[in-house]
Amino acid sequence: MVMLDAKIPEGSIEDKWDNHKFNVKLVNPANKRKFEVIVVGTGLAGASAAASLAELGYNVKVFTFHDSPRRAHSIAAQGGINGAKNYRNDGDSVYRLFYDTVKGGDYRAREANVHRLAQVSVDIIDQCAAQGVPFAREYGGLLANRSFGGAQVSRTFYARGQTGQQLLLGAYQALAGAIQSGKVTLYNRSDVLDIVTKDGEAKGIVVRDMLTGQVHAHSAHAVVLATGGYGNVYYLSTNAMASNVTAAWRAHRKGALFANPCYTQIHPTCIPASDEFQSKLTLMSESLRNDGRIWVPRDRDEARSAAEIAEDDRYYFLEEKYPSFGNLVPRDVASRNAKTVVDEGRGVGPLKNGVYLDFAAAIARDGEQAVRERYGNLFQMYERITGEDPYDTPMRIYPATHYTMGGLWVDYNLMTSVPGLYALGEANFSDHGANRLGASALMQGLADGYFVLPYTIGDFLAPKLGETPLSTDDPAFTQAVAEVDDRTRQWTSKKGGTHGVEYYHRELGKIVWEYCGMARNENGLEKALSEIPALREEFRKNVKVLGSPDGINTMLEKVNRVDDFMEFAELKVRDALHRNESCGGHFREESQTEEGEALRDDENFAYVGAWEWNGPDEAQTLHKEDLEFEYVKLTQRSYK
Amino acid sequence: MSKNLNLKLKIWRQAGPHAQGSFLEVDAHDIPEDASFLEMLDVVNERLIADDVEPVTFGHDCREGICGTCGVMINGQAHGPEGATTTCQLHMRKFNDGDEIVIEPWQATSFPILKDLMVDRRAFDRIVEAGGYISAPTGTAPDANEIPIPKEVADTSMDAAACIGCGACVAACPNSAGQLFTSAKLHHLNTLPQGQPERWKRTEAMVETMEDFFGSCTNHGECAEACPKEISLDFIAFMNRDYVKSKVKNRSLVSKR
Repeated sequence: MVMLDAKIPEGSIEDKWDNHKFNVKLVNPANKRKFEVIVVGTGLAGASAAASLAELGYNVKVFTFHDSPRRAHSIAAQGGINGAKNYRNDGDSVYRLFYDTVKGGDYRAREANVHRLAQVSVDIIDQCAAQGVPFAREYGGLLANRSFGGAQVSRTFYARGQTGQQLLLGAYQALAGAIQSGKVTLYNRSDVLDIVTKDGEAKGIVVRDMLTGQVHAHSAHAVVLATGGYGNVYYLSTNAMASNVTAAWRAHRKGALFANPCYTQIHPTCIPASDEFQSKLTLMSESLRNDGRIWVPRDRDEARSAAEIAEDDRYYFLEEKYPSFGNLVPRDVASRNAKTVVDEGRGVGPLKNGVYLDFAAAIARDGEQAVRERYGNLFQMYERITGEDPYDTPMRIYPATHYTMGGLWVDYNLMTSVPGLYALGEANFSDHGANRLGASALMQGLADGYFVLPYTIGDFLAPKLGETPLSTDDPAFTQAVAEVDDRTRQWTSKKGGTHGVEYYHRELGKIVWEYCGMARNENGLEKALSEIPALREEFRKNVKVLGSPDGINTMLEKVNRVDDFMEFAELKVRDALHRNESCGGHFREESQTEEGEALRDDENFAYVGAWEWNGPDEAQTLHKEDLEFEYVKLTQRSYK
Repeated sequence: MSKNLNLKLKIWRQAGPHAQGSFLEVDAHDIPEDASFLEMLDVVNERLIADDVEPVTFGHDCREGICGTCGVMINGQAHGPEGATTTCQLHMRKFNDGDEIVIEPWQATSFPILKDLMVDRRAFDRIVEAGGYISAPTGTAPDANEIPIPKEVADTSMDAAACIGCGACVAACPNSAGQLFTSAKLHHLNTLPQGQPERWKRTEAMVETMEDFFGSCTNHGECAEACPKEISLDFIAFMNRDYVKSKVKNRSLVSKR
């Protein structure tokens, strides 16, 4: 029986982190070199953690399935990173960022974690500027800010529309320095396919070398997973093609609880799908909502082009329904409203599956040059994909899966329920509740990696001084290696087969999007619970994987990932079914206000739902971590 | 609605770094013009799988032009005919019905072919590891607004930092030179006030590591033409200037020890 202890420190919310930093055990500088730490993933969380741990003196092994750490999907984040600097003199503070984040997360996040995140947000901006991240500047040379959805202050720092790229390059460069100094060993093109435990503690990982197909083990005193989210369970999402749930899912199968898997953020501003062959959806930064006005024609049978539609015939649905936040309502609210108008038949574009995001007013007000400076690269990207010029015609956008708030359950130290196993960034569940505010993912990834884990990991390691990591000759390792090798080889040894792995992934995505997407209900979720296992069985029997397991085989890499998504999807749906309330990105049709807004049920669901694996043939057990709100008052969110 | 294209593809296939390669000829029919170039390859691969032929291996990930994983030679041009565009962002509407398209991997000794269209670009990481960073250990930073940076400086630094490390510059260069990539990283860091303390050491180390792997620059300018992020050739001039200076500066730093 797992006991959930979040280990939230004593003291007032402002003092918890400081108290905790003082109370955790320390490893003295000369002893840090006696410890080995494995970091899986080189996105913002993984790269920043690995570099920071190496600077402290730990020996770090870093694993990525990419050819270079710089390719991790953090690179694609566009809009910006929040920091409670109050440089704009507009009333921002650590407390306000904390408050906005808890409220924006629809009161399903842990207060103590969120406050810490807001506290270290200011250090992150300093750290990144010192590393040479070319943030946007004012003419006086000081940092520029923009505002973002869900906030009424301007606290977002940015580097054109490539903030994620620049922050990741900063972390990657710090990592490169650490590799050069010999404190970090990098294993690229390495697919982590299992987590090894012994006596309930994490001891290492099992890795498949993607060039040779060889499977081998690595051991360490602690293992850190910074492996991102599970958005690709929908097949179509804004995630990169290779983003997957495998490391987190394998950790779950080894005892780590998986928390809130039903929480998925559907990003309101993506380019709508155009056809069946579509392999991914492209996000247009939310920052566009600062200057773009969202509308659809009032008339369902509107046949005129956007420019010909008179002002009175346009339905600016966000501005009308939410006068104080207007187009800057949080993501979940914006997404659901877009779905509503499209479902009503007011959609635009050839498939009537989008809404307009119109820059005509901003261009008239500030001039085309100003708009070009703010969003030039985004406009260019849009034109390339759609063949339409957003300076002349409004963009067409529609919501798409973008970020996953659920993830491995972690305590205040970012340790999972498996001692010695940590989860950082999008891979954990902790800071965004049921909905993430814009520009907060980059903040959380870097907070965890630069400023949280380096302090908290010592608490676990200090008592282990003098212990050597478990030998990879130990049966715990040799058995895990054999299992991974067998599992991988079975796919290519099968004869016959009907469809390739893409087909099954697409089919899975259709089920999950249909029944567990922007709106969910009991009937649909029950249906998904019967369809997913059936598809999984067919997939395992009939998937066709060609080529050899002994060398590069991209389909073989993918089939293991889809296999894990097939199991994960079922848990996600089960979580969505059990949470019979609407909150943030989880909208249960049974639970809404008269106006169609999400209706929380704090009486019964103000908890974290953390699921325990019971083996492949049994349903997971639900554990509950009650959420207590001492500082932020539980209210129905209103952005009107 | 979009129309469909019928194409004749010649795709390079090579089982491994040392294997003999050859072209696979494929009639790709009914390719929707709204598909991206990589989605076109996805369609081809699904059809190959249906025919029990191992699909073509190619590098790709974000499919939105930012991760730098993808990149192939399309009719001899790195990332294809469209300017300032990665392979994943190139769309089939840029081609005509009946076109023959030759698809090859990047070709450079420093980028060995791993399989089919996938190459090994680790040499780029070696260059960055040699000095492509500002040493600012976590926790040491002053307040971010303590060092004002003129907007023009931040902008030119950002212009260079936009490099995605895809390798098209090397692939397009007749000498397989790595100057555009290396100079972009140097310009990003060397123009910023934070980058000054390590400027000369960084420049010397990165340029010399580059020369261990890549050919020499003879000012063809093909690199900048092929660059999906429009990295400027000017950065190479800045790098050359800094490299010469670094030889003097680093010597004087040594003499002060």
